[in-house]
Amino acid sequence: MVEVGLTHFLVVSAFLFAFGLYAIITRKNAILVLMGVELVLNAANINFVAFSRYSNYGLNGQLMALFVIVLAAAEAAIALAIVLNIYKTFGHVNVDEIDNLKE
Amino acid sequence: MSESSLISLAVTILLLPLVGFFIVLLFGKRFEHLYKLEVGIISVALLLSIYAGFVKLTSYVNDTIIAQFTWIDLGNVPTIGHLTVNLGIMIDNVTIIMLFVVTLISALVHYFSIAYMKGDIRFSRYFAYLGIFTFSMLGIVIADNLLMIYIFWELVGLSSYLLIGFWYEKKSASDAGMKAFLTNRIGDIGMFIGILILFTNYHTFSFTEIFNHISNGVVPFGSNGWLTAAGILVFMGAIGKSAQMPLHVWLPDAMEGPTPVSALIHAATMVAAGVYLVARIFAMLTADAMLVIAVVGAVTSIFAASIALTQNDIKKVLAYSTVSQLGYMVMALGVGAYTFAFFHLVTHAFFKGLLFLGSGSVIHSMHHEQDMRNMGGLKRKMPITYITFLIATLAISGIPFTSGFLSKDGLLAGTWAFGNLTGHYLIPIIGFTVALMTAFYMFRLVIMTFHGEPRNQHKYDHAHESPKLMTIPLIILASLSIFIFYTPNPVAPADGWFYNWVKAPQTVVPEEARFEFMKSESHEIEGTVNNDSHGGSGSGSATITHSEMYEHAMHAVHYPAMILSIILAGLGILFAFLMYHWKKIDADKLAEKLKPLYNLSYNKWYVDEIYSFLFIERLLDFSRFISWFDATIVDGIVNYSATFTRGVANITGWFDTYIVDGLVNFTAFVSGFVGLSFRKMQTGKVQTYIVYVVFSVIIILLVLRPF
Repeated sequence: MVEVGLTHFLVVSAFLFAFGLYAIITRKNAILVLMGVELVLNAANINFVAFSRYSNYGLNGQLMALFVIVLAAAEAAIALAIVLNIYKTFGHVNVDEIDNLKE
Repeated sequence: MSESSLISLAVTILLLPLVGFFIVLLFGKRFEHLYKLEVGIISVALLLSIYAGFVKLTSYVNDTIIAQFTWIDLGNVPTIGHLTVNLGIMIDNVTIIMLFVVTLISALVHYFSIAYMKGDIRFSRYFAYLGIFTFSMLGIVIADNLLMIYIFWELVGLSSYLLIGFWYEKKSASDAGMKAFLTNRIGDIGMFIGILILFTNYHTFSFTEIFNHISNGVVPFGSNGWLTAAGILVFMGAIGKSAQMPLHVWLPDAMEGPTPVSALIHAATMVAAGVYLVARIFAMLTADAMLVIAVVGAVTSIFAASIALTQNDIKKVLAYSTVSQLGYMVMALGVGAYTFAFFHLVTHAFFKGLLFLGSGSVIHSMHHEQDMRNMGGLKRKMPITYITFLIATLAISGIPFTSGFLSKDGLLAGTWAFGNLTGHYLIPIIGFTVALMTAFYMFRLVIMTFHGEPRNQHKYDHAHESPKLMTIPLIILASLSIFIFYTPNPVAPADGWFYNWVKAPQTVVPEEARFEFMKSESHEIEGTVNNDSHGGSGSGSATITHSEMYEHAMHAVHYPAMILSIILAGLGILFAFLMYHWKKIDADKLAEKLKPLYNLSYNKWYVDEIYSFLFIERLLDFSRFISWFDATIVDGIVNYSATFTRGVANITGWFDTYIVDGLVNFTAFVSGFVGLSFRKMQTGKVQTYIVYVVFSVIIILLVLRPF
């Protein structure tokens, strides 16, 4: 039986990060993109907690993770407000078609 | 009357015609009768000069009155010292006589012209020109220095140009004016150089000062040759003005001017100026210079007389006769017969003025017909003109009891004496030959014009005697052509006042440059000299000075010369009558027989043609060459440099377009290309950017990895 170590956590976190990133890049729906962002944030949280558990920094990591969760909530609120505005402006939330930055 | 008031009188006489000139020139168009002012002014000048002459000849007969003033003060000139240019007035007997002659002829010409020029479109301007002409001539007469003479000399040239070309609408008239002016300029160049030679050496223009320097033994550049050169060069001015060979060509052409102008130019003013100039510089002429002058005069006189023999235009005959008579005067000055040269100048002024005015009267009544072949028989229609003209003709032919006889006879005696003293016998021979020819062609003119049957009936019917304004001047001049005004004894000019008033100035040239007979050392005079009028002092041996020696020689030949000249004149007149009046000798047949000679004379020895070929054509050739040079070489260089510049410009233009612009365009193209390719990345899609970020982070991590 293999003992669960830091590496396993990091691998899970990496996968989560990758999935989140993948969602951000590939999803067309803005809501889904935001969900990808949440995955990425949570990957970061796992990392914080894992590093904190396997080192002697006390509870610094866990504390930082709590900050991130709070931040994510605030972020989600603002982001959803933006998405609502986008919807009002364009009538949809398809990020592919929101390319007004181009020229 | 004091000397200074005599000077102011002379200046007044000088300035009067100038005042008339300006007034008439400026206001003549507005006030039609202003010409009367000019005529009045010249009459006043005439009266004043008569008065001046009276004062001079009664109170100061042997004095030379000179008044000078500084014209330009040049200050202290290095190597020369204080240098001033003085002008001044000199009044001697020659001056005073010339003043009278000039103003008289000028006044008569003025009166004559009132009738002759009636109805001319530039009537008042004509009188203005006469005024400035008279002014210029008077300036020459009273000048005491060469500079002033030169200035007025050129003024005479200018006014002759204006008068000869007066009818400038006629091409031939304006050409003649230009020819007169340009031909005179040629002589004037020599004159100017001569004056400058004298000024360079003596730093003065004044005659008396120059003569003083020479008599003190100072000759130009220390050589008598230069003195000769100066004399001949100044004489060149006279060659031009007095129409001597080879610059005589302007005078016959000058007949294009109105006839009274011809009278003025050819009698008393312009042509006399040359002789007057030679008379003024007479004292400084060396033997060589005098010989040159004598030869020029002799050649001119026979040459012109030979042309006058065959001309058919009445004015052309008179023109060549003027040239011939001027040659006489110049020749006389050259041989040293100063008094008679000047005497002939005066008498010639009257009778030649009369001849020209008479011919003007004829031309006027014939409605501007000048060809003698269309005249004839006019003596019945124009008795006054005929008689006065005949008197002048007798005078110029040298018939006794006329003024011309006195002066011409003395003049010929002078040449003969010169021949005896120096051995130059050709000069008297020419002189006497010309006397024969003169009598012939003048009577030919008179017979063709006034005698015989009219050749052109139509013109003859319309001919009429001229109005009084024209005949009275003729009568005055005719009376002045009679001996009594000059001497009580019609065969001995030496008895007359002229001979006493006008004496040859003592020569000032160095001994070795004088004629043998002019040297001041004593001469043994040969007892063989046959001297009837000199009271026997010529017999035996006596010591005499040069002028006495010349006088002796002249007295010796006086009567032979007189008899010979009368015979020759008679012969000339006889031939003229034989050929043209009685027609015993057929003139045409004679001309046919002497065809080459006749052609030479009739065509004026082809002088104009020769000049045209030698100078005018060559000048045109030269001009054409210059023109070719200009068009080909100069323009070629300009064009070539233009082409060259254009070539260079083309190359730099190409360089600019392809290299400089190419670089710029290439840079633009590269940045454009880069921009284009980078633009592709800017999709505006956030997700794409995130992909870039992810990849970039991965790359950075790979690059910055610690191992």
